[in-house]
Amino acid sequence: MAEFLEGLSLFPLALTFGTYQIGLWCQKKWKSPLLNPILIAVVLTIGVILLCGIDLQVYQTGASGISWLLTPATVCLALPLYKQIKILKKHLPAILTGILAGTVTSLVFIFALCKLLSLDDALTISLLPKSITTAIGMVLSEQSGGYGSLTTAAIIITGNLGNLAGSMLCKLFRLTEPIAQGVALGTASHVVGTTRANELGELQGAVSSLSLAIAGIVTVIVFPLVIHFI
Amino acid sequence: MCYNQYNNFLGALFLKYIKQVLIILLFSFLGELLAKVIPLPVPAAIYGFVLLFLSLFIGAVKETDISETATFLISGMGILFVAPAVNILSYYGLIAPALVPICIIVVSSTFVVFGVSGLVTQAFLKKGDKKNG
Repeated sequence: MAEFLEGLSLFPLALTFGTYQIGLWCQKKWKSPLLNPILIAVVLTIGVILLCGIDLQVYQTGASGISWLLTPATVCLALPLYKQIKILKKHLPAILTGILAGTVTSLVFIFALCKLLSLDDALTISLLPKSITTAIGMVLSEQSGGYGSLTTAAIIITGNLGNLAGSMLCKLFRLTEPIAQGVALGTASHVVGTTRANELGELQGAVSSLSLAIAGIVTVIVFPLVIHFI
Repeated sequence: MCYNQYNNFLGALFLKYIKQVLIILLFSFLGELLAKVIPLPVPAAIYGFVLLFLSLFIGAVKETDISETATFLISGMGILFVAPAVNILSYYGLIAPALVPICIIVVSSTFVVFGVSGLVTQAFLKKGDKKNG
């Protein structure tokens, strides 16, 4: 069975697209933030690989056929950012300060906690960019010697946490301003948090997607300074 | 006649997307070029992203020049992370012993960042209101 499937060069791609489509269906049907299509696709794919005993290397080689799309897709994120900056010009100073404070806190807090719990360098690097969007976080982590896959997993879990606990956290921290809610969701939990922000309101959604883009850029700038201390 | 019109329509549509893909690939390529030349740990996509943003800002690229292809790429981005995340299988042995600390860090940092970014923004907004009012 494994040998037969490994011989089919398009099997890894078909498996990826098939499981992702199942993830999309589940998300559409139950409308729950827990049902992240990436998460479902990853769990199902790992299940198939383990059950059929497929060589991981064969899967990776076959599935990496679409990985080159990541750079152009990330470049395209400039378009929504541009649209939102036009709308949010007036409150830009407050928004930018909030994002900067959150992003620097994220990097310093994670770094300190990793040292405190004595995690090794590769694990620390993998966890540092966990609050930003996968496109930037995964590449940053891998470029500096982290495990891209752990970063991806941490990023997805962070997103779902922010999405699930978002409303509760807004109450806990007494965030009543829609703009502050959007900044918190976007900075702490990127795209997945932004889905919750869109549910809270249009303004929260726009601020949140602006925040996730800027948090990503700030992380790219501050990240090298932090790993300098490792 | 009708068939010809249909063909012209399809042709124009096709050319439009070719142009959109070309513009996006051009910025991606410029990003890769800069990432090679500049010795900083910055992903190629970030250079392309910043260049595209600036071009939109100064009007060198119009929203309509890329919008359909950009929207398509962004909405389908999630599938690109499946294979990298599946790769966690090969690091399982390295990650498993540190699973508890990893979970503590992921959860606590999410809450802390949420609070700090939200509260700082809110404080600044209120300060601005006082000045204006």
